[in-house]
Amino acid sequence: MTSGCSLKENNNITNHTMKLRNSILTALLFTSAARAEVIATDAWVRATVPTQKATGAFMSLKATGDYKLISATCPLTKTVEIHEMLMEGDVMKMRQIPKLDLPDNKIVSLSPGGYHVMLLDLKEQVQAGQTVQIVLLVEKSDGKRENVTVSAIVRPLKDKEP
Amino acid sequence: MKSDTGNISQIERFAKRWRTACFSSFAFAAFCLVTGVVRAEPAKPVFHSKDVTGYPLDYGFTLKDADGHDRKLSDFKGKVVQIFFGFTQCPMICPMALSRAAGIKKLLGEDGDKFQVIFVTVDPERDTPELLRSYTAAFDPTFLGLSTDSEQLKALSANFKFTYSKIETGSSYTMDHSTISYVFDPAGKLRLLQRHDAKSADCADDIRLLIEGK
Repeated sequence: MTSGCSLKENNNITNHTMKLRNSILTALLFTSAARAEVIATDAWVRATVPTQKATGAFMSLKATGDYKLISATCPLTKTVEIHEMLMEGDVMKMRQIPKLDLPDNKIVSLSPGGYHVMLLDLKEQVQAGQTVQIVLLVEKSDGKRENVTVSAIVRPLKDKEP
Repeated sequence: MKSDTGNISQIERFAKRWRTACFSSFAFAAFCLVTGVVRAEPAKPVFHSKDVTGYPLDYGFTLKDADGHDRKLSDFKGKVVQIFFGFTQCPMICPMALSRAAGIKKLLGEDGDKFQVIFVTVDPERDTPELLRSYTAAFDPTFLGLSTDSEQLKALSANFKFTYSKIETGSSYTMDHSTISYVFDPAGKLRLLQRHDAKSADCADDIRLLIEGK
């Protein structure tokens, strides 16, 4: 005995199924994007003057779970590095670091006087008032890597630290 | 043989002369103090910064400005000069030092025009004269960015006893460098060393004393 569905009813069922499938897929995508549990706040970049080749980006990072910051990218330049500044007596030293630990539930500050993101080989001036996107590549303790997009406001070169 | 009366007269005469001598001495001393012929030693000024008055610096060094002109310290006689050694690819200490200098100038008020800030690059390979000009002007239009060649920079480093070194890191190099500011009085003499973390208010207080001739 057949179920007796008409062609129109079949089409409705197919549309409904497709919509449901699309909704499930969208939800899964949204969930996976939201799964990078590293939050960046107070992100800013120091402005430059014309022909200045490098500047720093600063922010606070807080992870839920143990993460590492592996690298970063930025549309302003191909050369983005994570650096650490150290003082030895009155001598300032800066070095690239291969990764930065982001321990669970701890605020890690990238700020003047310590860790920072270096934007190098700049081809254009970074102007105060711009918003710059920086994409952080983070790695969770299980080895899974994710991108975290940060919007950083460009502050005048002569601004003092907030 | 002397009589008792004669001895007493001698004693009286001696006492009188002694009193006269003492009185004259005190009167003379009082006169000197009142008229300032002899002064009490003035108290040395007390600075927040490290006082290096008398430091044996060779003042004959020259630096180049963005127009290629030689600049000497004596060009700025009458002003307090603060020199900081850094580089423009420094994302923190150098802009913060110049921001502080701009803050100091503001705190000096009308005396701000008696304060000259000079930024000397330790990275002449990358910091061109024009870049230095626009970099320092971003903090204050009166600030000067000066440079010298690598040989002269070595000599300057020995003279001032500041440290700098080129270190390969990442895709390029960075400059390790001392973060002390060197402050000269209006006569052009090195007087103070200011640490990078000294407060602008404390720095301004010290600079004000130098402007006043202390």
